[in-house]
Amino acid sequence: MDVKKFKETALGGVLSNPVFILVLGMCPTIAKSTNITDAFALGLATAFVLVFSNIFVSALRKVIPDKVRLPAYIIIIATFVTIVQMFIEAFLPALNGSIGEFIPLIVVNCIILARAESFASKNGIGYSALDGASMGIGFVLSICLLGAIRQTLAAAGMKVFATTPGGFIVLGLLMALFNSLLRMHKEGLRKKLVKEGE
Amino acid sequence: MDYFTVVIAIVIAGVFTNNIVLSQSIGICPFLGVSKKTNSAIGMGLAVTFVITVSSVVCYILYHYVLVPLNLVYLQTITFILIIAALVQLLDILIKRFSPALYAALGVYLALITTNCAVLGTANAVITSGYDLLQTFVGSFSIGVGFTLALILMAGIREKVDLAPVPKPFRGLPIALIIAGLMALAFGGFAGLSFFK
Repeated sequence: MDVKKFKETALGGVLSNPVFILVLGMCPTIAKSTNITDAFALGLATAFVLVFSNIFVSALRKVIPDKVRLPAYIIIIATFVTIVQMFIEAFLPALNGSIGEFIPLIVVNCIILARAESFASKNGIGYSALDGASMGIGFVLSICLLGAIRQTLAAAGMKVFATTPGGFIVLGLLMALFNSLLRMHKEGLRKKLVKEGE
Repeated sequence: MDYFTVVIAIVIAGVFTNNIVLSQSIGICPFLGVSKKTNSAIGMGLAVTFVITVSSVVCYILYHYVLVPLNLVYLQTITFILIIAALVQLLDILIKRFSPALYAALGVYLALITTNCAVLGTANAVITSGYDLLQTFVGSFSIGVGFTLALILMAGIREKVDLAPVPKPFRGLPIALIIAGLMALAFGGFAGLSFFK
């Protein structure tokens, strides 16, 4: 097993975080991060679909003709979304009331199609499952972070953060924070390299 | 409440009070991605409006006359996404054949409409709201108009922001998200218009 590739794939969810760095899947991120419970549940559902669609796309990558690959991926994704939808309807009726309308929209969540197209269609089943898990965890963590911040602010009396405008603003501020952290990190790396060069 | 009033309420909700981007936060990817220039925003808005309207009507008919009688409601998600994908492909072929100029203007955005969650979201929403056929048509059309309105306003603001001295970490998407937040706050003022419900 290639250690470097394994490490790269496993850390993909953090280093190329789907929400803050790749900026994919914005709709559920903003719509369902008003409280941490909904955020966690939707994040988990998305991660489940991501892992299994990655595995199946990777397993079928040599069978699916190149020309019809996108419709084929969409059918694979839609199948797993339907499984999640039926499971939540049957066993978690309370959750179905709060995030039910957003479960079918996982089909058009760009994170999943993007990983299928850019990773799973080119790599083996093991790596694809790992990539799905890593990206899924990255998504769960980001949406939970957003949910925790918004719920805290709303509980502190700033009701606007529980609504859509608050979601946009918190995400914008967090993204700016990530940008500056990333820049500082890169600056640090560069300075270190320069020092070593001397 | 008579039928006509209900239809007007649906239009006002679709365009202003329940604006799909600014109040329901659906369809944010194209809203952030294609709002850099006013011209492409208009083209994208029109194409999305067309696809939303046609796909909602087709999905409505298929749901009520095929899926429900055959007891296949659990296939809703798969069927709807396939209809939308086929429709976008058809639109692509038709526009290429009859209006190459428009095709060049829309470019890659046309294919991207398939994964615009505003389209699937609207097709699902008209089913859960229990609209009839006319209400579905009017409702989905006004949701498309609401999307176009938000997109054009956003593009207008972003063209100005490009010229402003924005702090470095905020350049690009972060400032766009904050603008969207402020716009959504302003749109919140339309809530008073929802007196029909």
